[in-house]
Amino acid sequence: MSTTTVDLHSGPHGEGEVHDPHQQHHYTTMEQQFDTSKIGMWLFLATEVLTFGGLFAGFGLMQNRYPREFIEAHEHLQRLAGATNTIVLLVSSFTMVLAVLAAKTNQGAKAARYLWMTVACAGIFMCIKAYEYNHKFEEGLLPGYFYHHKGDLVAGSHGYATFFSFYFMMTGLHGLHVLIGMVLLGWLAVRAKRGDFSSAYYTPVDLIGLFWHLVDMIWIYLFPLYYLIK
Amino acid sequence: MSTRNEHAIDPKREARNYALNLTALLILTLITVGASYIDFGQGNIVIALAIATVKATLVALFFMHLAHDRPVNGLIAVAGFIFLGLFLLFDFLDVTSRRDPNPQNLAPTVVQTAPPAGAPAAQTAAPAAPAAAPAGGAKKE
Amino acid sequence: MEHTLTHGTAAGEHPKPAKNYLNETTGVWSWMTTIDHKRIGIMYLIGVSTAFGIGGTFALLVRLALLNPQHTLFGKHWVDAEMYNRFFTMHGVVMVFLFIIPSIPASLANFVLPLMLGARDVAFPRLNLASLYLWVIGAVLGISTMIMGGVDTGWTFYTPYSATTSAPLVIMLMAAFILGFSSIFTGLNFIATVHKLRAPGMGWFDMPLFIWGIYATGIIQIMATPVLAITLVLLMIERTFQIGIFDSRFGGDPVLFQHFFWFYSHPAVYIMILPGMAIISELIPTFSRKTIFGYRAIAYSSVSLALLSFLVWGHHLFVAGESDLANVVFSGLTFLVALPSGVKVFNWLSTMYKGNISFETPMLYALNFLVLFTIGGLTGIFFSTLAVDIHLTDTYFVVAHFHYVMMGGTAIAFFGGLHYWWPKMTGKMYNEFWGRLAAVLVLIGFNVTFMSQFIMGGRGMPRRYFNYLDQFAPMHMYSTIGSWILAVAFIMMAINLLASLKFGAQAPANPWGGTTMEWLTDSPPITHNFHEQPVLEHEPYDYRHREVTHV
Repeated sequence: MSTTTVDLHSGPHGEGEVHDPHQQHHYTTMEQQFDTSKIGMWLFLATEVLTFGGLFAGFGLMQNRYPREFIEAHEHLQRLAGATNTIVLLVSSFTMVLAVLAAKTNQGAKAARYLWMTVACAGIFMCIKAYEYNHKFEEGLLPGYFYHHKGDLVAGSHGYATFFSFYFMMTGLHGLHVLIGMVLLGWLAVRAKRGDFSSAYYTPVDLIGLFWHLVDMIWIYLFPLYYLIK
Repeated sequence: MSTRNEHAIDPKREARNYALNLTALLILTLITVGASYIDFGQGNIVIALAIATVKATLVALFFMHLAHDRPVNGLIAVAGFIFLGLFLLFDFLDVTSRRDPNPQNLAPTVVQTAPPAGAPAAQTAAPAAPAAAPAGGAKKE
Repeated sequence: MEHTLTHGTAAGEHPKPAKNYLNETTGVWSWMTTIDHKRIGIMYLIGVSTAFGIGGTFALLVRLALLNPQHTLFGKHWVDAEMYNRFFTMHGVVMVFLFIIPSIPASLANFVLPLMLGARDVAFPRLNLASLYLWVIGAVLGISTMIMGGVDTGWTFYTPYSATTSAPLVIMLMAAFILGFSSIFTGLNFIATVHKLRAPGMGWFDMPLFIWGIYATGIIQIMATPVLAITLVLLMIERTFQIGIFDSRFGGDPVLFQHFFWFYSHPAVYIMILPGMAIISELIPTFSRKTIFGYRAIAYSSVSLALLSFLVWGHHLFVAGESDLANVVFSGLTFLVALPSGVKVFNWLSTMYKGNISFETPMLYALNFLVLFTIGGLTGIFFSTLAVDIHLTDTYFVVAHFHYVMMGGTAIAFFGGLHYWWPKMTGKMYNEFWGRLAAVLVLIGFNVTFMSQFIMGGRGMPRRYFNYLDQFAPMHMYSTIGSWILAVAFIMMAINLLASLKFGAQAPANPWGGTTMEWLTDSPPITHNFHEQPVLEHEPYDYRHREVTHV
């Protein structure tokens, strides 16, 4: 049966009902609207899982095709940088969820602080990434056509170029999501400081938080597959 | 708004749980990095992916609140991974079970090219290359 | 139990309002910035209908090029093989990505789904508008490749040719990428709407079956389309950076492209057919004046079809170099996926049995569907049989198969639904005589066009070939003549519908005696859909105490 209770007398505006200003006209309660928004965000996250998943699948299948080249190629990746980035993102997930908690409990200024901390972590992530990329450029470890590293064991094989093609594609797409996240989180922080969020309405913080955790989750898989596999 | 949790939110307890979750995640990260320095052969990839899955599950259940959320959200999340799994499963099934398509029951053909005086012996063509057959006009188009 | 539908919004209780969703606000800007699902549905309808016209024109060109083995028209050569490749590519791309995938969900379901649920709008109205804009952008990009020389890879973009051809492929791939997101957003919206915005009293098994079909379609849109997106991106990057995933010159595997591509594109064909089946599940009970037979079976079969569709994509790769083991597994699974469709066909037939059947235009299209989809579906089984597939694949037999299911199935159902909901959307009744005549002509033209293709294919005529042996000339000619009959039929249908806007009779709220909630509101509906929130108090398709009001 229907899962929502609906007040039949809450018709179009002007019937004496006081609506939360954030409530859209086709919803009958804020709870219904919040639950629906969450479902919408999870559906979007599922599409992200499948998008990145497609890249993971491609990487896995190419690894199966060029096992020696891929293992040799991954030696060029800097494990320490990757591990640091993993830790940085996990911490950013922590600050994110604290921000949601603060927004939910009417502590806008605190939420803004945690959001800025999340942005800072993301910034550190991108800096380490830039440092790693720079190292790759110097060594000629570039995608596809641009690969010009010397001294590979399996001479003339395409496997190395393919590895780095996938490396740049996946870390690049992930990095793009980090950048987008930084912009969204900064916007949220400004709004939180302004007092836009409260226990009655904190949906944007919650939803963008979910997005941020997904970004973290993608890295959780990316790191071992690229940096740690023997 | 989220009327389910409002009366139950204890910010200090929530924050403590998040901190515990983070600690678990950090420990698992250290373990997975450490394990990568030890050679388990084929086991390395299994261990790394298993730990990654545990970490992802912790993030999903506690940071993303799936443990206390409406079941539909968890269903959507799991569904995404299941469909991805199907893609991986059947693709790997294909690429790992491909065999050499050439017939296995024929003797290799030996192609005699006219040896120039003093040159090395005749070459053998690979069994899969009947292109040397004189009748074949099957040149590369 | 009282057999009324609702509190106070039954047809006739309110005088027909002067202001409805069409005229409440005026001006192009009000339409371009609307968040009303009905207006968005109408704009989509105009878009996909135009796309059908464009794709249909390419189809006519394809058939015209093959009219005779000499490729002449009145003795003149007018087409060469290169041009022909572009014709069939554009026909496929426009029909698949611009017409058939969005057709029913984005136009008809956008309009009808919230009304059927008793809701005021979809869950995310602005996302709905964004989805429309993405469609337009994708359409413009895709069609613009025509003036850049045209793409000639076939709509399937197979490597290695697609990785090397000098055609403006990247633009086309970007167009398809953008259209993919339009589709994702539509599916996302509908899933959320069905979960949370049902009317009071409407549980999951009280919903009309149309909703179940659209819901199942949404599952596929969410789970499959992202893989298409990444496939197209990988192909774009392969072309520009030579990364070596699909192109064997750089160590890639062309068969891998096919795996990636068909992981989406097979479920995509269920994105196409499920909404069509959903419409049929509405038309048959209404025009048989009988409760649907096997409601739960049809509901479950919709969802299981969506889920099973993800397990069979390898049947497109049977002769591409897939391993024997994978071939056998996919073959077995493909047999399985035929079952839910069969369940539906039997349930529809059982619904009609001992029903009070009338033959208005929507019902004629529904009957067309039953015949044509069954033929198409059964011929699909030929292809799941590995030993037979080897002979029939990439022949005209497969071309006929997929046209029977996609056009004889989805497009026919789309036209049936279009006529069914036309009075609701426009407030006008179209002319029944011309509507029925067009439906009959469609059936005739379709079979002439495509039955001859089954025959040709069985005798070995390969698909996408420009040149063909003289022995196939008669069948090709019949097929081309059939395409002309189809063209006449569709033009007749279009004129009939458009003329009704000016000359048609006023439509009552419920011209067909339907039992679902969209018939409770005015034709055309007011912007807020219902005057008061409707409440569901009866089971779906309850015809026991209906008063049938015909125009």
